Amino acid sequence: MKKVYVNEKWCLGCHLCEYYCAFANSGKSSMIKALKDHHIVPRIRIEERGNISFAVSCRHCTDPLCVKSCISGALSIVDGAVFIDSDKCVGCCSCIMSCPYGALSHNENGVIQKCELCQKNEFGVPLCVQGCPNKAIVYEER
Amino acid sequence: MLKEGQIHIPSGCAISGIFSKSGRRVSGDAIIRSIAPMHDRSNGLGGGFAGYGIYPQYADSYAFHLFYDTPEARKACETYLEGFFDVVSYEKIPTRRIPSITHEPMIWRYFLSPKKTVLEESQLDEKEYVVQRVLHVNAQIEGAFVFSSGKNMGVFKAVGFPEDVGEFYRLDEYAGYSWTAHGRYPTNTPGWWGGAHPFALLDCTVVHNGEISSYDANRRFIEMFGYACTLKTDTEAITYIIDYLVRKRGLTLEETAGVIAAPFWSTIAAMPEPQRTRAAYLRNAFSSLLINGPFSILVGFDGGMMALNDRLKLRSMVVGEKDDMVYFASEECAIRVISPELDRIWSPGGGQPVVVTLEPEAAKRLGIQLKGGEA
Amino acid sequence: MAIDFLYPQYEVIRNPQRCISCRACERQCANGVHHYDVDFGCMMSDESKCVACHRCVSLCPTRALKIVKTDHTFKENANWTGKAISEVYRQAGTGGVLLSSMGNPEPYPIYWDKLLINASQVTNPSIDPLREPMETRTTLGAKPQAIERDKDGNLVDNMPPQLTLNIPVMFSAMSYGSISYNAHASLARAATALGTYYNTGEGGLHQDFYQYGPHTIVQVASGRFGVHPDYLNAGAAVEIKMGQGAKPGIGGHLPGIKVGADISRTRMIPEGTDAISPAPHHDIYSIEDLRQLVYSIKEATHYKKPVIVKIAAVHNVAAIASGIARSGADIIAIDGFRGGTGAAPTRIRDNVGIPIELALAAVDQRLREEGIRDRVSIVIGGSVRNSADLVKAIALGADAVYIATAALLALGCHLCRSCQTGKCNWGIATQRPELVKRLNPDIGEKRLINLLTSWDHELKEMMGGMGINSIEALRGNRLMLRGIGLTQKELDILGVKHAGE
Repeated sequence: MKKVYVNEKWCLGCHLCEYYCAFANSGKSSMIKALKDHHIVPRIRIEERGNISFAVSCRHCTDPLCVKSCISGALSIVDGAVFIDSDKCVGCCSCIMSCPYGALSHNENGVIQKCELCQKNEFGVPLCVQGCPNKAIVYEER
Repeated sequence: MLKEGQIHIPSGCAISGIFSKSGRRVSGDAIIRSIAPMHDRSNGLGGGFAGYGIYPQYADSYAFHLFYDTPEARKACETYLEGFFDVVSYEKIPTRRIPSITHEPMIWRYFLSPKKTVLEESQLDEKEYVVQRVLHVNAQIEGAFVFSSGKNMGVFKAVGFPEDVGEFYRLDEYAGYSWTAHGRYPTNTPGWWGGAHPFALLDCTVVHNGEISSYDANRRFIEMFGYACTLKTDTEAITYIIDYLVRKRGLTLEETAGVIAAPFWSTIAAMPEPQRTRAAYLRNAFSSLLINGPFSILVGFDGGMMALNDRLKLRSMVVGEKDDMVYFASEECAIRVISPELDRIWSPGGGQPVVVTLEPEAAKRLGIQLKGGEA
Repeated sequence: MAIDFLYPQYEVIRNPQRCISCRACERQCANGVHHYDVDFGCMMSDESKCVACHRCVSLCPTRALKIVKTDHTFKENANWTGKAISEVYRQAGTGGVLLSSMGNPEPYPIYWDKLLINASQVTNPSIDPLREPMETRTTLGAKPQAIERDKDGNLVDNMPPQLTLNIPVMFSAMSYGSISYNAHASLARAATALGTYYNTGEGGLHQDFYQYGPHTIVQVASGRFGVHPDYLNAGAAVEIKMGQGAKPGIGGHLPGIKVGADISRTRMIPEGTDAISPAPHHDIYSIEDLRQLVYSIKEATHYKKPVIVKIAAVHNVAAIASGIARSGADIIAIDGFRGGTGAAPTRIRDNVGIPIELALAAVDQRLREEGIRDRVSIVIGGSVRNSADLVKAIALGADAVYIATAALLALGCHLCRSCQTGKCNWGIATQRPELVKRLNPDIGEKRLINLLTSWDHELKEMMGGMGINSIEALRGNRLMLRGIGLTQKELDILGVKHAGE
């Protein structure tokens, strides 16, 4: 299946993926409405030091530790992608502690959020990929 | 209004050709009857003919046909030619007065032999020596124009419909083994006698139907080699190109066709070796002589004739055969009218040359050294 | 602090209602124009550093930015323009030669825009390239001067070495050093995919790019950087650079700061040293010396590669080209005064040389008058901006064109003309690794292929309109051109008639 992959060689550290992610999952009709004067909590994050930078988001592992560790059954695998049912999430953070990539985080409401490949929002394709100016984030079969 | 030679003039046309492989001499009447049915393909602004084997009594002399605008031009030209040639014979070309042909210039013919000492001094081969005289007269002597310069052959052309031109020149009184004819449809000229087809240099004559879009590319290239395209017509440029490739560079007619109507690169790529290398070589070596745009041409030469279409076949041309005769024409009617029954008739593909030559025995009898190509 | 006489040329206009303070502009500006002010809680800018490269504008996700020319003005003066005054201030402040980059931006006539193209009507059918074959492949090189036959009468293939181009456009010389590794990678890969050639420029050939050798022209310039036998034999052709349109008569200077490990190895010079190309080749002080270098290169490449001699279009270009054609060169490349550069003295860039259109017309005509046009191919550059310029160039007599500025634009260049600073925000004219990585060759290659593919489509449409289905029938076909608004002298030099004639 197609997944989001990151190639740090081409990552410029511009952080635009974070903003596109935040906008994609905001439910707002424009980026300005969604993000103006707003502290963003994106599901993809740039890690950087010096001239090295790369984006980190869920890898949708074939045998995901987060799903195994979820105490409430909120995390599940559908067609190879890991999704979260926020109604079931109790915010125990077990998944955050078990994920070796740091790909899960709290959202503003204390519930866990993660990359769902933009499949649950209106865009349908990952907006971080579309917004990346240098093809450092790609959405493809591998 | 600018005349021929002052501006590039496009034109559409009708062409027709008759060739006897056995060297049988056919009356000029046949070629007139052949071109006549294609009346509507010309507009009365030019018609002409070329006949081969028509001057057996002067077979070893260069037959120069000239148009003169003024007696002064004639005097100047004769003085010039006498410096280079011995005049074996000369006369006014006999014509018949007909109402539709008017404003004729003075039309003369000369049978010439190069002056031996002058030729030797020039260090040129004989044909080049003759060509340079022709090009000089046409470019430098105001009011004089050599429109035919081969041996044992002649061009006859005028402003008018071709069937009238044939009658005017009394072609029924000539007989030859090869004839070509042309009816012209120029689009923006009052018509000038020299601008009619065939266009000729030495024994090479060209009748042409079409408008070549590569004209200026071809012209500017061929002018590098001493040719002056004074008429600014496509046919003139084609004639020079063929003369250059065949006479100066020594290509065969098939090879020449491979230059001027070169196959597409995709066609070349699909050819087997060694044809592929040969075709690529010819196309590449003489790329500026590729003739582009629609054309069908008949090239007459000593002992043979070549028919060729542009590589997309944007102009009509059919070939018919009956016994020893081969016929070429823009339209089938022009062949059927003189030979209703044919052994074979076909339409050659674009860029595919059809070359016919005299049978060896006939060539020997007529004293013709065949050049290039097999039938 | 001394008085700063210079007012910034541009203003950065930020729409506060749109700005979301994502700081992408700040992170992407190597000139340090933008910064986030914590106290004000918004983005601020220092326009004195702005070069109008539009990197920030292009990346701003909410289109909150635009760059405008300042309307701050001197008292109006048609002679002492703002530019003229500012340049005096700059030189009075620094004591240095004014430097600029890319091509001559001054308002000299652009002859391409004064030439019109023909089309067929009635007497001759136009050709639909979607339905009929349309050939834009061209070969460059000297043509055989005599037909040879073997004992059986078959033609002998005595064709001198040729370059075969699927489209009559090549990427012009830009050295590794003046442009980045990723820019070179993009050009090399695109040239290979398109079936044409790119040119190494004078900086040698990086080891990684030897694989693109069959689509590479390797250059030998006065500095002879990176020239060795393997290099000469790695490419499809060798170009001797005698001059460059942007700076005829002078050499080049790659500052030591750009000579890192990779460039040092490729150029075969010590790391951190300035790479200075002399103004002339010091083994070529006359035409006969050029002949020696041409044949030295042919010897070194076993007569298997065409040799190109590149010159700048200067006043007596026709006579020079004639000499080059007789020197054994297979191809003459002529670079017009609008040709680009990574750095040139402003006065030279803007005042030396002549327009390529006139140079091309003069050279092509001169070589024909001398009967030697088929001994050499002519490639022109500086500046061909689009497929119409290309058609006009070929109709004037060029065999093919070189493009460089257009190729860089395709890679993202915004013609800010600040290459000499080495801080190219688009990752093109820079050697700083964090900037170089901004040009992903996967994207660059694709954009170059797109550009030339679209030009090829347009070229075919225009050829078809003229009733021409093969590029060689357009070459030198000046009847297909008419001048508009030109003097008789200009028409005579261009060898074209005026529109309506």
